[in-house]
Amino acid sequence: MKLLIKRGTLISPDQKKIFSADVLIADGKIAVLGNNLETDGAVIIDADGKLVLPGLIDLHAHLREPGFEDSETIAAGTMAAARGGFTSLACMPNTNPVADNSSVINYILNKARQEGRVNVFPIGAITVGSKGEELAEMAGLKEAGAVAFSDDGRCVSNAVIMFRAMQYARMIDMPVIAHCEDTSLSAQGSMHEGYYSTLLGLKGIPAAAEEVIIARDLILAKETGCRLHIAHVSTAGSVQLIRQAKAWGLKVTAEATPHHFTLTDREVTGYNTNTKVNPPLRTQEDLDAVRQGLRDGTIDVIATDHAPHAREKKEVEYENAPFGISGLETAVGLVWTELVNTGILSPLDAVEKMTINPARILGISKGVLAEGADADLTVIDPARTEKVDPARFVSKGRNTPFAGRTLTGIPVLTIVGGKIVFEYAGRVFSKTT
Amino acid sequence: MVQKKNLIGLEHIDAHEIELILDTAVAMKEIVSRPVRKVPTLRGRTITNLFYEPSTRTRTSFELAAKFLNADVINISSSASSVVKGESLKDTVRTIEAMGTDVVIIRHPMAGAANLLTGWIEASVVNAGDGAHEHPTQGLLDLFTVREKKGVLNGLKIVIVGDILHSRVARSDIWGFLKMGASVSVCGPATMMPVGVERTGAAVSCSIDEAIKDADVIIMLRIQLERQKAGLFPSLREYARLFGLNSERLSLAKRDALVMHPGPMNRGIEISGEVADSLQSVINEQVTNGVAVRMAVLYLLAGGGDA
Repeated sequence: MKLLIKRGTLISPDQKKIFSADVLIADGKIAVLGNNLETDGAVIIDADGKLVLPGLIDLHAHLREPGFEDSETIAAGTMAAARGGFTSLACMPNTNPVADNSSVINYILNKARQEGRVNVFPIGAITVGSKGEELAEMAGLKEAGAVAFSDDGRCVSNAVIMFRAMQYARMIDMPVIAHCEDTSLSAQGSMHEGYYSTLLGLKGIPAAAEEVIIARDLILAKETGCRLHIAHVSTAGSVQLIRQAKAWGLKVTAEATPHHFTLTDREVTGYNTNTKVNPPLRTQEDLDAVRQGLRDGTIDVIATDHAPHAREKKEVEYENAPFGISGLETAVGLVWTELVNTGILSPLDAVEKMTINPARILGISKGVLAEGADADLTVIDPARTEKVDPARFVSKGRNTPFAGRTLTGIPVLTIVGGKIVFEYAGRVFSKTT
Repeated sequence: MVQKKNLIGLEHIDAHEIELILDTAVAMKEIVSRPVRKVPTLRGRTITNLFYEPSTRTRTSFELAAKFLNADVINISSSASSVVKGESLKDTVRTIEAMGTDVVIIRHPMAGAANLLTGWIEASVVNAGDGAHEHPTQGLLDLFTVREKKGVLNGLKIVIVGDILHSRVARSDIWGFLKMGASVSVCGPATMMPVGVERTGAAVSCSIDEAIKDADVIIMLRIQLERQKAGLFPSLREYARLFGLNSERLSLAKRDALVMHPGPMNRGIEISGEVADSLQSVINEQVTNGVAVRMAVLYLLAGGGDA
């Protein structure tokens, strides 16, 4: 099947340019980019007024399968990705069993091939069971198809284990994604330690819990030469540490999530468990620093940290609730509303942080809008406004702190391998010739 | 009437409402002092004490308050409840409400538990202490006791000493006394001082000698002995030396300063036996006033106004 996207505004972060062109897709590839393209037998998509981007890539999602299918499945999670405008995602290994061996990686890849709507790139565990004690068979994980290593959800607390993991990852040229949290400082904490944790009487997680491990891991990355990616940066001090490390020339990259550049710890007032995330929502000063880090390039990637949970798991006491929010279906709207429409990021920079940058970190041939590239594309309507309604989420996780918030800039079409996997409100603007 | 149907904390009620509760408690105290302590005000109402944390003192105080007003009282403790069978808090309270209850009094080890109930059930909710968040009736009985002894609250200097970080009593006292026009200082080891507490309007000090200078009221908090094992202070001896209230220290405060404690006390640690039993101590009166204040709260929330 051929698709012809006409009159769209194309954003190509790879070439760092924005231009008007038609896109002809055939056989799962971008066949031609050019003006006034005509072809027979193609589905014509009128993208007038819309932005046509290389398919968005989420470097940090939790698909919960295998093991926690009541919270999310590969089928539902990838459908949520498609609805959110993502054509590829990397999924974290904290499943049950943990993706610390090739059979779990194979399971995820097979399941994604059978039931997935978008490309799935599994991330393997750094250590067996993500327990932080002994290294997983990292080369085997790579051969099975893992694109990176992480014990996300947990920090590798033992410095020598992390040091060896980085040495080994360097040897096989794979990135390590670090969940930075000193658990002796964060223990039993359920929100940021600050004025609001004091008011609410909740045990706090200090900014230092994140920053001390980032500092450690940056030093280890310097020693080992490993490509280190810092997950979900949340504090001003973390941004400053990463900025300094980049100035030293370290191979370090970092990501921020939409909730960390949009919400502060003040949102926890009222004990809404949909505000419970790890790392926690921080202060306005931290939020401003994360935005500044995104603006000046210290933070390379916007990732969702999509962490869906079954409803009843969040309908409990704040301290008992699990960390995480369902993020795939609100990410683009938050990026556009909070960063692009406010002038913090140009559309080009925003798209870069959701396409080519995560693709380069993961070493995958995605995120490019060029002839011959995979026909993974996302179309955004920058003028469309929508109120977040979790009841309409296709993810199994409806746990969002953004319910009722009005977002501008909505994904309206998602194409993976030349096939339409999501179209806003059902075929509103395409027609077959 | 109080504007809200729940009492979750003193942070979100205003001075006028506090005043109303305290005034109502005056009448209730008169009932408690009668030879027959029973009025029919809440006859036919059911009040549930849902205690997820052991507390003889607070639970008995609420139970007596309800019984003096002739309400039916159900006591549920965590050891006997379905919690041990794995039922969620939401399912537990919905079951309780389905059986018919007008007020749920909840004590829970986790902050925010009382808040949660307000979104789940129609019955009034009274927070009897949730984690380190608030313990509003303790705050109210402290206000009542001070007002009874001093005649006023406005302009007094209140000092709260001890483990401020983990104390729900401290938070309720801070809000309550500040709203009523008193000044509040908190004092304790730096390791037990919550971040940003000064933004409430309370002054912060790590020196008890400085803090209690010219104080009108000193509220000593119970020190949990297991905090030492958690590394929050080096030894009980050192804690007692730096933050314990003894007669010598007490002389730094005003001569007629009141000494209070929410109990139970660790004599010889946060408070010397001599001070606890001194004429300036109103610790036992706090207990009596607790019943009166809880009667006032139940009366105002459970629709006692139309009795």
